[in-house]
Amino acid sequence: MGGRNTTENPGKNNVSLDKDQVRHIATLARLKLTDEEYDESVDKLSRIVDFVDQLSRADTDGVMPMAHPLDAAQRLRPDVVTETDDRDRFQANAPSTRDGLYLVPKVIE
Amino acid sequence: MALHEMTLSELAAGLAAGEFSSVELTQALLDRIAAEDGKLNALITVTGDQAIATAKKADADRAAGRGGQLAGLPIIHKDIFCTRGVRTSCGSKMLDNFISPYDATIVERIAQAGAVMLGKANMDEFAMGSSNETSFYGPVRNPWDLDRSPGGSSGGSAASVAARFAPAATATDTGGSIRQPAALTNTVGLKPTYGRVSRYGMIAFASSLDQAGTITRTAEDAARLLSVMAGFDARDSTSIDEPVPDYVAELGEAVKGLRVGIVRQHFDAGLDPDCGARVKEAIAVLESLGARTTEVDLPNIDLSVPTYYVVAPAECSSNLSRFDGVRFGYRADDPEDLFDLYCRSRGEGFGDEVKRRIMTGTYVLSAGYYDAYYLKAQQVRQLIADDFRKAFADVDVIAGPTSPTPAFRLGDKVDDPITMYLNDIYTIGANLAGLPGISVPCGFVDGLPVGLHLVGPHFGESVLLRCAHQYQQQTDWHRASPEAFS
Repeated sequence: MGGRNTTENPGKNNVSLDKDQVRHIATLARLKLTDEEYDESVDKLSRIVDFVDQLSRADTDGVMPMAHPLDAAQRLRPDVVTETDDRDRFQANAPSTRDGLYLVPKVIE
Repeated sequence: MALHEMTLSELAAGLAAGEFSSVELTQALLDRIAAEDGKLNALITVTGDQAIATAKKADADRAAGRGGQLAGLPIIHKDIFCTRGVRTSCGSKMLDNFISPYDATIVERIAQAGAVMLGKANMDEFAMGSSNETSFYGPVRNPWDLDRSPGGSSGGSAASVAARFAPAATATDTGGSIRQPAALTNTVGLKPTYGRVSRYGMIAFASSLDQAGTITRTAEDAARLLSVMAGFDARDSTSIDEPVPDYVAELGEAVKGLRVGIVRQHFDAGLDPDCGARVKEAIAVLESLGARTTEVDLPNIDLSVPTYYVVAPAECSSNLSRFDGVRFGYRADDPEDLFDLYCRSRGEGFGDEVKRRIMTGTYVLSAGYYDAYYLKAQQVRQLIADDFRKAFADVDVIAGPTSPTPAFRLGDKVDDPITMYLNDIYTIGANLAGLPGISVPCGFVDGLPVGLHLVGPHFGESVLLRCAHQYQQQTDWHRASPEAFS
């Protein structure tokens, strides 16, 4: 992905994304967009990125990034079996299954 | 009084006194929904047969001297909560065909308390929106003016309660999605402390911010419902193991001597002056009850919206990666290969705003940008949380407006994401800091409702509910119903 495009002029779209960057982001996010959606995304994502860029003016030297709003730690539980086999019930929602397996297009030729 | 006009507490008393049965009540509300929801689009699914069956059981239990805290009382669930055997769409084409194989914890708890689910409420797609216009099922209309938005993302829950389809609805709040629609529809919206209510079975948007709560007409009803919903759940790894107070019993405690903080920035140029006037009148009512107001400073609060629009999309891009067209949900036709299956299922199954947020999140988490955006945002978030912590050393609650304007027209803000995002400018801080908040009806501007927003310290639901309840004893804004739905 290319660098940030920063212009000297304050105002709209100080930080903007170009079409190649948006294509790369969409690929990373596994989203297929139409040409129209790409054009709109370039405009709107640039506005959003420019908007959130105001965070850069905050003085955060030495501030620990928040990990949990209540400073709670991850709870652990005993390593015991808690779930029963509900495969058939869960697979009722799957688009395509056979013999308890989820089917996808052929991955290996 | 007609059954639909009664609050949850009034209905509970009526059922207990045998004035009407749960079946009569349930049928009356189902009839009302059938007759009126064409105007609002507040519900995605109506569960009529199931509701009548549950109501019959509640009546039989009552006759046998059994029954829980919500026995026979009607409720609507936001369609973000999994309901076993019932479509759970989250407002998305992606889950239009999803029949949940299990119940969310709060759905289970509310059902165990005897409540009757009438249906599933419309919402912004995956709770991403502040106007209900991003729903795959179309926008919800505001009962106070059908050309206007009821707010979002819990717009269907709020519109349902405002239009008297049900006395109470569940809802969720990631940046204001309970409180803003409550303010825009003249209802009470309570977002509890992060971790207070289980999120198990609540479809995830931004896991460090999401919290389940209630939309009702009174603080008393919110207390009643929260008492059933709140509490530890081992199935939610972020659930907090703190005792649940008796919220209803604590409503009666006095407001006298309560210290109410006012944030200067919350009354600046961004606030509609008439809304500001209503909120100041509401604060004066609290003062007349003996509360003392004092100015508090939240020096970093102006950065709350940009902080949110890094953290929330980042978490959403991660959470929504589970929608892959393989295990459940929408799958594109005739995929060429696995990559095409992923990309087209997601490209076709998600709406514009959801795709925008997934891409924003992907960008801020991607190599080379993580420190500048995500890490920076989590640092600013810590500063904002510290500001609140300092403020709550001096005050018991913080009071201000819920939303900068009354309900806006449908279509007015859809073209500019930033304008839409700024709707939540007064509510997002509570999510970033994990604090509880409530919006209470406090008057009207040109016939449109305005909300008073109260924020409390962690696990301060009792003080919020008490403050809101005492305010509602002095005012009758919450009794006003929209003319077209009286």
